[in-house]
Amino acid sequence: MLGLGDFWVSLVFILMILSTILCVVYGALNWNKEGVDDAKLVAEEQKWETEEKGIEEKL
Amino acid sequence: MNILLLTSITLIYLAGVGYLAYLAFRRTKTAADYMVAGRNAHPYVMALSYGATFISTSAIVGFGGAAAVFGMGILYLTFLNIFMGIFVAFVFIGKRTRVMGFNLNAHTFPEFLGLRFQSRTLQGVAGLVIFFGMPLYAAVVLMGGAQFIAQVLTVDYNVALFFFTVIIAIYVIMGGLKGVMYTDAFQGSIMFIGMSLLLIMTYAKLGGVVHAHQKLTDLAPTAIQIFGAKGHTGWTSFPKFGSEYWWTLVSTIVMGVGIGVLAQPQLVVRFMTVKSNRELNRAVLVGGVFILMMTGVAFTVGALTNVYFVEHPNFGKISLLAANKVVDNIIPLYISNAMPQWFTALFMVTLLSAAMSTLSSQFHVMGTSVGRDIYEKWIGGKGNTVLINKLGILVAILISLSIAWGLPLFFEGGTAIIARGTAIFFGLCAAAFLPMFLAGLYSKKISRISALAGFWAGLGSSLFWILFMHLSESRSLLLCKTLFGVDSLVQGTKWEVVDPLFIGFPLAVIVTLVVQIFAKPPVKDHVEKCFYGIK
Repeated sequence: MLGLGDFWVSLVFILMILSTILCVVYGALNWNKEGVDDAKLVAEEQKWETEEKGIEEKL
Repeated sequence: MNILLLTSITLIYLAGVGYLAYLAFRRTKTAADYMVAGRNAHPYVMALSYGATFISTSAIVGFGGAAAVFGMGILYLTFLNIFMGIFVAFVFIGKRTRVMGFNLNAHTFPEFLGLRFQSRTLQGVAGLVIFFGMPLYAAVVLMGGAQFIAQVLTVDYNVALFFFTVIIAIYVIMGGLKGVMYTDAFQGSIMFIGMSLLLIMTYAKLGGVVHAHQKLTDLAPTAIQIFGAKGHTGWTSFPKFGSEYWWTLVSTIVMGVGIGVLAQPQLVVRFMTVKSNRELNRAVLVGGVFILMMTGVAFTVGALTNVYFVEHPNFGKISLLAANKVVDNIIPLYISNAMPQWFTALFMVTLLSAAMSTLSSQFHVMGTSVGRDIYEKWIGGKGNTVLINKLGILVAILISLSIAWGLPLFFEGGTAIIARGTAIFFGLCAAAFLPMFLAGLYSKKISRISALAGFWAGLGSSLFWILFMHLSESRSLLLCKTLFGVDSLVQGTKWEVVDPLFIGFPLAVIVTLVVQIFAKPPVKDHVEKCFYGIK
């Protein structure tokens, strides 16, 4: 294949290309996934907790 | 070579580095900016910075030259670099490291381990391992870069070494990790362009992809005639199973991938520089393609140089013989003979970029180890965090420079010791850090005591193996010879070639598991804090 000499070197060409395609496909499919900013998440959670405490105190 | 062309390209390159360093300096205000690039790095910057740090000059020139000897079988290393070094590292280690690092507010790799296992001593000792282990590894890259500059620009080696260090020192100290990552991304982009052109021009010169491969395959009888006794079967086929070349190639691949890569402090810290996992997803795409174009191209072109040199009327022999049996000279010789002058200048900047991007990260991680991990957190020193880390980096740079300059000058075996620097550091990282790092990321039950027991067992055993057993290190380091009068305590047996990684890593895993049976479970609140947001 591709002018290469044996099975093992032909295989590594395929593996090398496939692993790159895996990275590209994974990156493309998940391009916009898991985009939650931790800092915002924690800040929101803290705000929610403070509000909760305030309500409890009022009650 | 045209010195005017070379100087112009070098100056444009340095101006680019200078501008980015200034930009990073302006944008660096807090300790988090200085140590983890403000945790808001762009995925392209993060991926290229990771890749450019990963790939040093030796990966291109040294391993490219090795490909000219062993052939394309070495491409298994590229496959594993992409699959393990990018895909597995980012998806299965990077994401958890990022979230846990944020939950614990970790700024360095030792701090991550220390906070995960609630041990300041661990943070300090991990910092010490980096601070003492890494200068040798940095000296390898520093000497390689300086020798290359001295050769190409025909300047004195010591002058090259001094200026090379000063330029990197300025932007690492001024810009912190932002300075390192911005310049890494720039240097990574240059490396990408340089290597892409190298591949295209090589295939074009040799008559196209299939034709070039076929010509190399047709040279198999020459390879067998010269290296056949050692198991060589041709440059486009794998060496004979169980032969000397087979073992060398397989162990190079295994060691090159180096499970240690997964626990390299300068790479792990990159995962903590992005604000969400989305950036890591995007970086996987960029990183995978980048690594393919680095080692994939270097190894393919390295093997194909044999066709060029055999067909060339002035050489008419295989690459190794054309380069007077100096493996490291094969790629530079090929570039200077086969490529146009403008490309030789571009390739010089490509190699300069590879060396500088690796070194800047090494300097930064050593500096934060001494400033943040040892001085601030372990000893409890007070002061301006950014300033302390700047001083730490300065100390690390001075030590690395002293080793690279002084060790070969004042000590006869100095160069031999430095040459083992990469192997020593990788061995230490894999044995000491990797088991506890993986356990910390994936196990909620792992206790502090079992993680620490594994750390000490891995560190102690790999250090012992490096100093007294593994011949290639123990012979260079001379301690075994001084104490016991022999180069290795197991000289003449098969144990002398067993790598420290194969001893230290399994031992650390076993000790961790055994101690875990008797250990108390960790505090629930702490574990919940660590794993908050990790599915």
